[in-house]
Amino acid sequence: MNHAIVAEGLVKRFGDTTALDGVDLEVRSGTVLGLLGPNGAGKTTAVRLLATLIRPDEGHATVGGYDVVRQAHQVRGLIGLTGQYASVDETLTGAENLILIGRLLGMSRRDVKAKARELLDRFRLGDAADKAAGKYSGGMRRRLDLAASLVGAPRLLYLDEPTTGLDPRSRNEVWDIVRGLVADGVTVLLTTQYLDEADQLADEIVVIDHGRVIATGTADQLKARTGAQTVTVRPIAEDELEKVAAAVESVAAGPITRSSGLVTAPVTDPGALAHLVRRLDEENLLVAELSLRSPSLDEVFLTLTGGTK
Amino acid sequence: MTTLAAEPRVTPIQGVRHTLTLAWRTLVQIKHNPFELMDFSVQPVMFLLLFTYVFGGAISGSPGDYLKFGLAGIIVQNLLFATMNTGVGLNTDLTKGVFDRLRSLPIARFAPLAGRIVADVVKQAWAVALLLIVGVILGFRFGSGPLDVLAAFGLLLFFGFCASWMSVLVAMLVSAPEKVQIFGFALLFPLTFASNAFAPTATMPGWLQAWVKVNPVTVLADAVRGLLNGGDVSGPVTQSLLWACGFLVVFAPLSVWAFRRRV
Repeated sequence: MNHAIVAEGLVKRFGDTTALDGVDLEVRSGTVLGLLGPNGAGKTTAVRLLATLIRPDEGHATVGGYDVVRQAHQVRGLIGLTGQYASVDETLTGAENLILIGRLLGMSRRDVKAKARELLDRFRLGDAADKAAGKYSGGMRRRLDLAASLVGAPRLLYLDEPTTGLDPRSRNEVWDIVRGLVADGVTVLLTTQYLDEADQLADEIVVIDHGRVIATGTADQLKARTGAQTVTVRPIAEDELEKVAAAVESVAAGPITRSSGLVTAPVTDPGALAHLVRRLDEENLLVAELSLRSPSLDEVFLTLTGGTK
Repeated sequence: MTTLAAEPRVTPIQGVRHTLTLAWRTLVQIKHNPFELMDFSVQPVMFLLLFTYVFGGAISGSPGDYLKFGLAGIIVQNLLFATMNTGVGLNTDLTKGVFDRLRSLPIARFAPLAGRIVADVVKQAWAVALLLIVGVILGFRFGSGPLDVLAAFGLLLFFGFCASWMSVLVAMLVSAPEKVQIFGFALLFPLTFASNAFAPTATMPGWLQAWVKVNPVTVLADAVRGLLNGGDVSGPVTQSLLWACGFLVVFAPLSVWAFRRRV
């Protein structure tokens, strides 16, 4: 069995609300599964359940072959947890936080100091090692959270919205760290509400909404679900907009739109771009911009969840 | 895998080690948060000085005479107020997510709670010792032997440990650390002041005396007073122990229940 996580029919209710309503998940070893969904979709509940913090009302799950209910202790020995709900102690320094966890995991005083130093340096927190975590910036704090979950060298890492609230630079840093871990063979379960993040990191994406899985696949597979690509053309001369629009119309698979000097239309024919370029060339129309792109995951996501912009 | 499934759980020795490591964590926090030191050092000493010099003369004739009566009371009052810190700390861990991180580690289930309680007993011991030392500096003289003083120490710590389960329960039920404090003050102010901790029962109106005489704070203050000043203490000591056990038996299981329900 090559699956690090297998969950079947997970149901979790809190009073009258059903947070998870029959969720199946499979995460292959050494891959990143992105659990994508809006706020309140059940992402965090799923992570807490797979991290043995709560028990399912129905269904079952194994992590590394161990049952999350009956063999919770063994599961805890395999996982590292980071996220909105699993946090470091703000009153301790960065180093003390890591030492605390290392000691709890049974490491010797000397080993744990070396490990803490190594992790802090790796995550560029060496200079802040002796500063209270409460005084860290958002990005530093998140890196310390990550470091704390790595003290025990877990084979599986749960990242619950690891970049929520971070600026783009800090976000990229966290992404790089995650990529590095995956390169080392760590399996990652990532929850996010950013499609961009799932697109960047996840090998496979599971979209959940209202506690149910509504779509599964790679980012490309999910994008292909809308069935169309988008072509965009911007003529150099604005008075040629109508001529360009006519050219685009000849390959369009749907209604075209003109806005602020830009012509946009959906296309489905793989040869559409080549046709369009030939036509523009024949009519001597010069363009400043010409692109064919997949729909963004945002567009896919909104289609899937039935949301409106 | 089937062999591993034979539950390699945490051994009791490992459990104790986890508890001590987490107690260390709580004590190390003091280093970074000077306000904690205020709670456990400056505040009790301030209370002692204020009561001795402001009210001491009025109540007992002179500050020196008041210490003989009031020192035990102030120690007890401080002890009970300090039990709130256990709840505040626990609730902070719960709301900030520290508890979730700890619970995701392969450690003894009871360690996060036990670690905090052990650390708070250490802090209580420090505060009691500090008050006794400052009391002696201000002119208090022990009227009993070292064993009695030790017994007073033990009784106070045990009582504090048992009473702290009340604040643990509150911590499990409320949504923010400040609420533990609000609840604690509302309960502890009347409980500690409507007792003979600071003033003799005989000076109070009859209806109040009826309550003061059964108040566990009075009972404990009497026991500590007796152990520090000498005299027969078997009655108040036994009653204090009974009260302490009562708190433990009622509030520890309730807290554990509330804890399981919450997480």
